[in-house]
Parts: sequence; structure tokens; C-alpha cells
Amino acid sequence: MSNIYLDNIIDLYKNPLNAGQLDQASVSYRAYNPLCGDEVTVDLLIEDDTIIDVRQRGNGCAISQASISLLTEEVKGKSLDEVMAIRPNEVVEMLGIELSPVRLKCALLGLEALHQAIGKYMNNLKSQ
Amino acid sequence: MIDLHNIRKDFPILESGQLAYLDSSNTSLTPLQVTQAMDAYYHQYNANIHRAVYPIAERATEEYENAREKLRAFIGAESVQELVFTRNATEAINLVARTWGTKNLGEGDLVVLSIMEHHSNIVPWQMLQVEKKFQIHFVSLTEEGRLDMSDLKKVLESGRVKLVALSHKSNVLGVENPVQTIVQLAHEVGAKVLLDGSQAVPHLPVDVREIGSDFYAFTGHKMCGPTGIGVLYAKRKLLEAMPPFLGGGEMIRTVETSGSTWNDLPYKFEAGTQNIAGAIGLGAAVDYLQRLDMKNIQKYEQQLLQLALQKLQQVKGLRIFGPLDTKERGAAVSFELKGIHPHDLATILGERGVCVRAGHHCAMPLMKHLQVPATTRMSLYFYNTEEEIDRLIRGIEEARRLFS
Repeated sequence: MSNIYLDNIIDLYKNPLNAGQLDQASVSYRAYNPLCGDEVTVDLLIEDDTIIDVRQRGNGCAISQASISLLTEEVKGKSLDEVMAIRPNEVVEMLGIELSPVRLKCALLGLEALHQAIGKYMNNLKSQ
Repeated sequence: MIDLHNIRKDFPILESGQLAYLDSSNTSLTPLQVTQAMDAYYHQYNANIHRAVYPIAERATEEYENAREKLRAFIGAESVQELVFTRNATEAINLVARTWGTKNLGEGDLVVLSIMEHHSNIVPWQMLQVEKKFQIHFVSLTEEGRLDMSDLKKVLESGRVKLVALSHKSNVLGVENPVQTIVQLAHEVGAKVLLDGSQAVPHLPVDVREIGSDFYAFTGHKMCGPTGIGVLYAKRKLLEAMPPFLGGGEMIRTVETSGSTWNDLPYKFEAGTQNIAGAIGLGAAVDYLQRLDMKNIQKYEQQLLQLALQKLQQVKGLRIFGPLDTKERGAAVSFELKGIHPHDLATILGERGVCVRAGHHCAMPLMKHLQVPATTRMSLYFYNTEEEIDRLIRGIEEARRLFS
């Protein structure tokens, strides 16, 4: 019926993974797409340059919310370098759907939140 | 009477029957008569205006000025000197802010806008505010989503209001503001009025002299015209006293190394080679709308709107923002559907050929007021059908099933 609203996407939208917040977060970052009002906030717990735990909360379309759910699963236990190396096409592959340029922005909001959070964490380390 | 069968033949994009185009508040579809008029300019008398003296250049000038005259008559302005061609309504409002605003606004003054304004009638004033240090008051809305007239009256009593700048009709809520009353109230305290008529001129008969507005801006592409052409109407006395907006060719009378003098109205505000084909196309759009008769268009849209409001309200979990009746309300309806983000809904509808807008509609302050990140909006024009509304409703129901 629909090309992009596959069961798994809608399921993740309704039952997000790693939802909530981390009280002990090493860093947290809110990414926002002013074009559609989508937002994703990620909390990362980082030890020895590795993501030990992650939580996310957001408000937006099914694509943006499904994408961050899958990403949180993906990055858990990964090093910061490995997460920084995740490319947009890998996110699209994770979702398993074809996206128009406009909707691609929705899919990549979570990745932006993760990358920005790590950037912020590194900057904080440097300034300490 | 609106003869749908024949009207729809004028819009080649509708020929396949695949599209249910319900996004005319965003941009309207373009009839053949408009593109043909623009083709004629490029293919038959492609020349610059107000310059050369050979026959096709004279014809180009004549057709361009004919278009201005058509627009003058369409909105009931007194003289063609009061009509300035711009790129769009945004440019028209920026023109007023940068010329009249720069000259007349300063510290201690108040500019009155409303929460329902499009960004095009917020940002130019905020940009000028940085330099000129005046204050901006945003008139609030009633529960129903109409302009809160008591708030407007209260702020006018302050005696500090220099300008009231409002949309004639909201692009999100569809509400039509009581512009004539607003102009009277503003003039009583010596304030000028600018109206953004982009959502009004395409859908109802507009008479700027009856309204009494000092400035009236609107765009061409929402009224069957091409993109890239809009109009600023302003009272002659104001235009005469305003400094030029952009400098360049055509807007001058004389240029010497020691300085320049300005051309007559409206050319003082039309620097550089204009969008000639665009103006001619907009003139053809006016002919087209006038042949249908704005009263007929308005009446037909009201019928369709009533049906749409009725059917949308029957959808479970759907909430409409703005008035639920057709009184003083145009055919743009914003709504939310429980559990489905507007972008997802618009994508699903799009897959079924139903074109609606999802997002903040360039009205972020209004989204904040409604406490939503975005809405879905369907908007109607005279070429829409009852069947297209049914397709919208069917699409919404399918989206609900998909997300249930």
C-alpha cells in the first residue's frame, strides 16, 4: 500500500526503543528541524570513548522517530569514532525504505543529534 | 455558476485525473490562458519595456501597462500610479518597511501585527526594528481563532501605534479579518494600515478604496498567475513621499555624477528590467478570474468548504484549527490527526495523488499559539470538486488504518 510506511516503521513510531532520559548522561543534545518541527534529543553515557548507554526522546514524524530508535540500538557499545563514521546512506539502509530528498532530512535528524552530541562532548573535554 | 467541466479543461495538470490538488493557498494551478499570454510575449513581441521605440518594444510596453490597468480595476484602485509590480507579497511588504518604515518609524512607536501573521509580515518589521527601535505588539486570537478585536482596540488606545500590519485572510486558519473596521479604528488614532491580501485577492472581491487600507500587498501565484510577480498598492500621497526602494535603471529621471532624481510613480519603485512576462501573465489571470466572476468563485468555494468542514469533522481523532462554520472564513482548513504527524499524513496522501500542505505554513508564532509543531492544511479553489474532497477523506481514513 504505502512505499515508506512499512510495519516496522510504524511499530517503532508507536513503540520507540531506548525512550526516555539518562540522569547520569555525559552529554545531551537536541536536534531540531525548523522546516517541519521534528525534534530529537539524545542523552549519551560515555566511558573510555565508548557509548555505554543511550536514551532518546523526540517529537516528530514516523520517519524521524523510527530512525533515532534504530540508531540508538546501533550505537550502544560502539566507540565515538565508530559512531562519527556512520554515514547517511547507512541510516537509510537501516530503515529499509526509499526516501525523497525532503523526507531524507527527517531520517537523518537522529544521526545529526548523535554526531552533534559527540562533538559537544569532545569540545567539553577540550575546554576542561 | 461555475462550469467545472469546462474550467478543468483549462488546467492541463488536471487532465490525467490523478491529482486532487488541495494546496491552492500555497500556490494555485495555472490555466492555459495565462501560460499562453506569457508565451505570446516571448514568442511574438519579446522586447524590453519603456525603452526602445520599435513596434514590438512598444507592444511589450503596452501589454505590461495593460496588465497594470487590469490589476487596478480588479482591486478598485484609483490610479495605475498606485500599483507597483514586485516579485511577490513578501517583496511588497519589505518595500513598505524599508521605505515608509525607515522614514516614519522610530523609538517609542508601536507597530501592530497579529499572532496569525505569515512570516512575510513579521520578519521585515523585526529586521527594521533592530535599526529603528520601535516596539511590536502581536494582537492575540480568540478561542475560535479569530483576531481578538478587544486586544487590538486596547493597543490602539495607547496613542503610540504608527502602523497596523495584518493579513486580510489567514493562510492557516482561513479566517477573514474585519479589515474595514480595522482600518477605521486605526485611522481614528492616526495609524496607517498595511494589509497582506495574498489569501484574499484570489478568493473574494476586493476593493481597496472601500476597505480604505493605506497599503495592500498581494502575490500573483496564488491567483492563477505565474510565480515571481506580485503587487503593492499604496495611496498615491504615501508613495510620493516615500524614498525609493531599490536603485537602478528605470526608477530614475536623471542621473549625474553628482546625484540622481527619481522617476514618476509607479516607476520610482520599479528598478531594473521587470518581470514583463510575469506581469502580462498576471494580467491574463485577472481576465480569467473576472470572466468567472469573483462572486461566483466565492460562492462555489463556500459550498465546497461547507462540505469539507462537515466531512473532516466526521473523521475520528481529527481536530480542526479555526472556525467550524463558513462565516467570514475562506476555504483553507488546518487540522491535526491524533497519533499521526502532519508530514506522515501528507506523505501518505501524496502517494494517493492528494496534495496537501504539512508544516508550520510560515507561521511559527501561530503554531506556538496552537501548541502544535505543525498542522496539515487542505485548501480549495474554484477548480476543485466534491469528489476530490472525498479522495482526501478516504486518504485520511487509510492513514488512520495504517497507523492504528
